[in-house]
Amino acid sequence: MVWAKMKFPFEKRVKLAQGLWLLSWLATLGGAITFCLGCFLKTELRRRAEVMDNTETYIVPNTLIIAGMASMGINYFAGRICQDALDPYFCCSIFFTTLMLLGVILSFIMRGTLEGSLKVGLKNGIRFYKDTDTPGRCFQKQTIDRLQMQFQCCGNNDFKDWFEVQWISNRYLDFSSKEVKDRIRSNVDGRYLLDGVPFSCCNPSSPRPCIQYKLTNNSAHYNYEYQSEEMNIFVRGCREALLNYYIGLMNSFAAVVLSVFVVQGTVLASLRYLETSMEAVLGQENMEIETEGYLLEKSISETIMEYLDPVMKILLLNQVEDGQAKAEEGAAGTSAAPAK
Amino acid sequence: MALLKVKFDLKKRVKLAQMLWLMYWFSIMAGVLVLSLGLFFKIELRKRSELMDNNESHFVPNLLIGVGLLACGINAFGGKICYDSLDSSKFAKWKTVLKPFLICCFLFNVLLFFTALLCFTMRIPLQFTLAEGLKNGMKYYKDSDVPGRCYMKRTLDLMQMEFRCCGNNNYKDWFEIQWVSNRYLDFSSKEVKDRISSNVDGQYLLDGVPFSCCNPSSPRPCIQHQVTNNSAHYSYDHHTEELNIWKRGCRDALVSYYGGLMNTIGILVLLVTMLEVAVMVGLQYVNTSLSTLVNPEDPESESEGWILEKTVKETFTDIMAKMKAMGKGNQVEEGAEDQAVATVS
Repeated sequence: MVWAKMKFPFEKRVKLAQGLWLLSWLATLGGAITFCLGCFLKTELRRRAEVMDNTETYIVPNTLIIAGMASMGINYFAGRICQDALDPYFCCSIFFTTLMLLGVILSFIMRGTLEGSLKVGLKNGIRFYKDTDTPGRCFQKQTIDRLQMQFQCCGNNDFKDWFEVQWISNRYLDFSSKEVKDRIRSNVDGRYLLDGVPFSCCNPSSPRPCIQYKLTNNSAHYNYEYQSEEMNIFVRGCREALLNYYIGLMNSFAAVVLSVFVVQGTVLASLRYLETSMEAVLGQENMEIETEGYLLEKSISETIMEYLDPVMKILLLNQVEDGQAKAEEGAAGTSAAPAK
Repeated sequence: MALLKVKFDLKKRVKLAQMLWLMYWFSIMAGVLVLSLGLFFKIELRKRSELMDNNESHFVPNLLIGVGLLACGINAFGGKICYDSLDSSKFAKWKTVLKPFLICCFLFNVLLFFTALLCFTMRIPLQFTLAEGLKNGMKYYKDSDVPGRCYMKRTLDLMQMEFRCCGNNNYKDWFEIQWVSNRYLDFSSKEVKDRISSNVDGQYLLDGVPFSCCNPSSPRPCIQHQVTNNSAHYSYDHHTEELNIWKRGCRDALVSYYGGLMNTIGILVLLVTMLEVAVMVGLQYVNTSLSTLVNPEDPESESEGWILEKTVKETFTDIMAKMKAMGKGNQVEEGAEDQAVATVS
């Protein structure tokens, strides 16, 4: 009882072969596109690696890169494969096609990891903002400033994160001044905290020159109200901005990779139909007869049982051996007992 | 005595035609490249048209676009001729068109060369336009409530951040204009009143720059107000402080950006010109080699090809003589008409 049977007259077989040639080129192109998308995503993630805590999210672009390269190679040789090599070809192809689908699924799953990674990375970036003289951290200020200007965001969750961190280095604080001494004493940890943000939080679209210090103090600036002022600094947090950027990127890539997956699946199905319909023609005198093509020789459950059988046999064999050993022991024991 | 005469047999002719056909495909792609360069340049100019006083001339990018389209058309036509030259029956219909087409190609190459030269020389008028535009832009920085100028602040801020520059010639330009709008000045405060009264025009001038002049690479938080006052900030000397704000002026930055862009485009157009000259020479060889078959009926006979039938000097004198003859012809006709009119009257 075959699965997914279809009748193939001669013309349909010819058309199938021609269509398959075109489809395999399309699938090669699709593989190349998947590879490029994977490379691009990896590059984008690496560019902002300084504000990310771990590299677990790299599994998504890595999967796409491998699937794309393999798909390109396999589809390129699809047309030149001789009849004997079709089985391993199918195995490899199915494996790498599922890899593509896996990549798409992973891109949805990994969003939580990405958010966590960004949260920690940005928190550290803001904490080490002032350490421009510490080796290993001296570029944090530049990184965070450029990030905030490019993505039009401020702070981790929002701009108030800057109020909780000392972002001005002690090298530039005049410890003899009263104001500095007051601020440091009013804080438990002896940190210089202020209600100000770095200049990179300033919004160029604001009609007035940027107010970055004494943000919550309405009387410090003329005609200024902190609650209603929206355009002065960026109100969005950088974690949200970066997350939206990467999610948008991965969504559009997922759409493209899914269509490549569909093309690849069609190539596999067409090749299988061609193979099976040509098998029936082999050895016949009239090459133009109508034949049947199918996807699976038996039904789905039977095919699965066929593949799992060897595996089961290994397990069952062990069980049979155990049982025999126990029976022998038992027999030896019973024969020994009466002897006593 | 022909110029650069070469003997051709059938194999050589076929090879020439095939190579020329391939070169024509490259030329079509080169034409598309010139077209896209022209479009890119036009978009770049439009992006900053507010800073150029809305006065910039779009002549060069328009010329590039036109030349690119023309190149695509001419090369496609030439490629078709080349493809047909392998078959003598098809080539026969092109024979009459070929000479005027080659003259067209020659004129087109002259135009291409002229375009390349223009690309290199357009830097100078651009410099003046930018200087004027930036000066006005800074003047209108504070007018974020005046319709027509309300985006000047944003444009200037974004430009200073992108090109890493400050002011027109340098950051001191901001000290000479009022860039803080009166809407945000407390006229009852002593400091504001002092500043305004100390100035002839009653402008609020200060030694500060907008935030977009700040350099993110600076190790300390940006000092944008009281830039020249060393005592206002701890451990600060404005003479030695290099990384605090951008030192370069925006006119220099923009001119070098656009200058670099135009130099690159000019060089690419020159390379395309050389390619076009090569295909024109190739087509002339194809034309002459197919017209001088020793035995016109036998396609496998030998032939000769050349660039010019006579030497350069002789060709030049020929052309001058032809033009003089045309001129004299007109005069003779006019003379005859006058006589006819005279006899009638």
